[in-house]
Amino acid sequence: MKIVATKPELCIGCKACEEACSKVLFKENDPEKSAIRITEKSDGGYDINVCNQCGECIDICQVQAIYRNKNGIVMIDKDKCVQCYACVGFCPNLAMKYQKDIVGPFKCISCGACTRACSTGAIFMKEV
Amino acid sequence: MACKKTCNINIEEFKKTQKKLHESSFEKKKINRGYADRSLHVNLSTNKVKIKPISEEMKAKFTGGRGYGMKYLWDAVTPETRWDSPENEIIIVQGPINGITQYPGAGKSYAITISPLTDIPVDSNVGGYFGPLFKFCGFDALEIQGKAKEDVIVFIDGDNNKVSIEEAPEGYANSHELAETLTEMYADSEEGKRNISVVSAGQGAEHTRIGILNFSYYDLHRKKCKLKQAGRGGIGTVLRNKKIKAIVVKNTGIKGDWNNPADMETIINLGIKLHKEIHDNDDKQCRMRVHGTTQLVDAMNAHDLLPVNNFQYGEHPEAPRLGKESFEKMFDLGKPDGCWLGCTMACAHALADFEIKTGPYKGQKVFTDGPEYETLAGVGSNCGIFDPVAASETNFYCDTYGIDTISFGTLCAFVMECYEKGIINKEITGGLELNFGNWDAQMELMHQMARGEGFGVVAGQGVHRMKKLFVEKYGADKDFLNDIGMEMKGLEFSEYISKESLAQQAGYGTANKGPQHDENWLIFMDMIRNQMPTFEDKAEALFYFPLFRTWFSIAGLCKLPWNDIMPADNHLTDEPAKVPEHVDNYIALFKAVTGKDFSKKEMLRQSERVYNLQKVFCLRMGKGLREYDYPPYRAVGPVTVEEYESRRERYDKQLKEKVGVDPEGMSVEDKMKALRKYREDQYQTLLDVVYKRRGWTKNAIPTVEKLEELGIAYPDVVEVVKQFL
Repeated sequence: MKIVATKPELCIGCKACEEACSKVLFKENDPEKSAIRITEKSDGGYDINVCNQCGECIDICQVQAIYRNKNGIVMIDKDKCVQCYACVGFCPNLAMKYQKDIVGPFKCISCGACTRACSTGAIFMKEV
Repeated sequence: MACKKTCNINIEEFKKTQKKLHESSFEKKKINRGYADRSLHVNLSTNKVKIKPISEEMKAKFTGGRGYGMKYLWDAVTPETRWDSPENEIIIVQGPINGITQYPGAGKSYAITISPLTDIPVDSNVGGYFGPLFKFCGFDALEIQGKAKEDVIVFIDGDNNKVSIEEAPEGYANSHELAETLTEMYADSEEGKRNISVVSAGQGAEHTRIGILNFSYYDLHRKKCKLKQAGRGGIGTVLRNKKIKAIVVKNTGIKGDWNNPADMETIINLGIKLHKEIHDNDDKQCRMRVHGTTQLVDAMNAHDLLPVNNFQYGEHPEAPRLGKESFEKMFDLGKPDGCWLGCTMACAHALADFEIKTGPYKGQKVFTDGPEYETLAGVGSNCGIFDPVAASETNFYCDTYGIDTISFGTLCAFVMECYEKGIINKEITGGLELNFGNWDAQMELMHQMARGEGFGVVAGQGVHRMKKLFVEKYGADKDFLNDIGMEMKGLEFSEYISKESLAQQAGYGTANKGPQHDENWLIFMDMIRNQMPTFEDKAEALFYFPLFRTWFSIAGLCKLPWNDIMPADNHLTDEPAKVPEHVDNYIALFKAVTGKDFSKKEMLRQSERVYNLQKVFCLRMGKGLREYDYPPYRAVGPVTVEEYESRRERYDKQLKEKVGVDPEGMSVEDKMKALRKYREDQYQTLLDVVYKRRGWTKNAIPTVEKLEELGIAYPDVVEVVKQFL
């Protein structure tokens, strides 16, 4: 499967990835609604937080709303989800997101929009 | 489909001809800020169903959950009502917070009835999906009154807004079959099974006074029904006496916002924070997600608190076999084990392909819920049985027969001590050799309970009634039986040694429904950490904790996520035993659901109203006075020479340092006498201080002023206390 991989040392903090992501997922430019997040570190440089498709959330979900699609990407079935947010609290990478205006958790669907928006190669698609 | 052992009925065929004794429609009602503001009343004698509005006064004074349950039961019965009177009700309530999916532990129901063991109101909490599925049909309480002529199923259909009383299939006598069969019968599809919950009991509940309610839920990952129990006080016995085979609810499409709270965002943020806390800390703390409550066996054994051989001793070298390491290997782990949606505490572990060795299901491999601590301590160590596989089978049969593992464990331990001391013999037990450690005999006793045969029927009446019988019929020493028979008010003790914690003795002793630990668990604070050295300190804890813990039953929550997981810095707070951050969470949750102002003070006040109503209710039913708060001496100190000698160093030291007696040269009997006098005096002194703190008289009666202060001085409540003042 292809996942979003990162080289944080190349990140310049332009946040073009966040804009691209929130536009794909929710058709608006709002970093809070992006599944990839850039944060500035106190000692300089940036952290890039995005799902690595490890799938630990799949076994946490009581109602089996989280599954791998045919490409191996971890997806959320909104119809099945009961908005318990266990997956948000249990994501080892804090990559499952919650935003108050969105019903239910959301995450990276590995669409690649963020990598196309990145001008430095700090994020890129990688076959794993 | 037909069940394998206890019947030959084909459910598909049965469905085609099933008779309905009643069917009516109800208007769909959306929950508003945690409340439906109406209740469902089913009368099985008349086959009538009515919907009752819940008044603002009821809501203001009793809040919800157990508060509603106690008031409805109060209104339904008279002082002459007994457990099997038609007017006695089984009330199942939820509470305003119940049904949210975001904060762990929000699926509990509370069941209330007049108990066949105690003749006073009993409340028992239970997980599973029934509560929320029922509540979201638009009801805050279910009252079932009257008695059916033949076995019935009460079916509440939230998909089609209908209530019906239906003919029940013959056979399917026990809960694991009933839950599975009825889930399949009422579900539309495999996936739809999670929209069904079945409340049932089994054959054991029919023939004993210690029947339980099993609440089912469907585990989508394992494709199996699981059961959670309203265990204490014989509510399942009342269910079967009313000829209810099952109460079934169906409600499809549940979503996280169905409780329609005032402030969803706050609830989600609190929920995510606790999920994360459990994720980060559970492995370092109680490991509930792996061991469930079995980890308590090891902890209690290590502190001399695990009941062994009818509460004589507090530890045993073989006890760790019943503990967490065994069950980590036996449990079917790795899938969600919450008994309601969103509970990541996930302590409801199960055993897969568990082979049954005795009884009607012998040879079958079953999927069964794993034993909890209380069960392991009760049917295990307290009966001198230390085999985790054996205890798991006892647990399976208790559950499916509808028998309370705690009462069964404690009464079996009592019977075993009586047998070993020659108070009863093989002739009386019908050949059962009920020595400590004899699992075969223990199982046969239980199968007899289920069949309604032999000594099983005698034992199934509970310790209170056995004591009387053994004295009257077999000439047993009444004082000795009162010392070793671990019951109060008619209810068997739960499974902790309270001998070295005066506060816990009073916690058990003053508990409204009888000696159950859900009101108080003060042993560590009192005995291990010595955090309440004075009578006043203890009385303060015996004021605060019963009220704080009662509140969970009013709001509709499980207590385990309160203190079986803790913030990493909890030990740095002023009062770690209270888990202050979690208390703050509950205050915020109640506000966020109901939109009402709320505070810690109001939280205790809500509970105090319900607690005092329940207290007056006990007085009204003929118990509740001080004399009913005296525990058997086995809960307070060593009854026998063997017990004294087993911890001689401890007791001698106490005689010297606390009693002011030099044990040197004294006989064991004299030392026991001196220790007993001291401990019993201490207990009486503590009762005085506790009652005062609670606003009660020395005879444990709430004063009229107290009732007025609480706003519950209704004429019929005041009339009861005035008889005693």
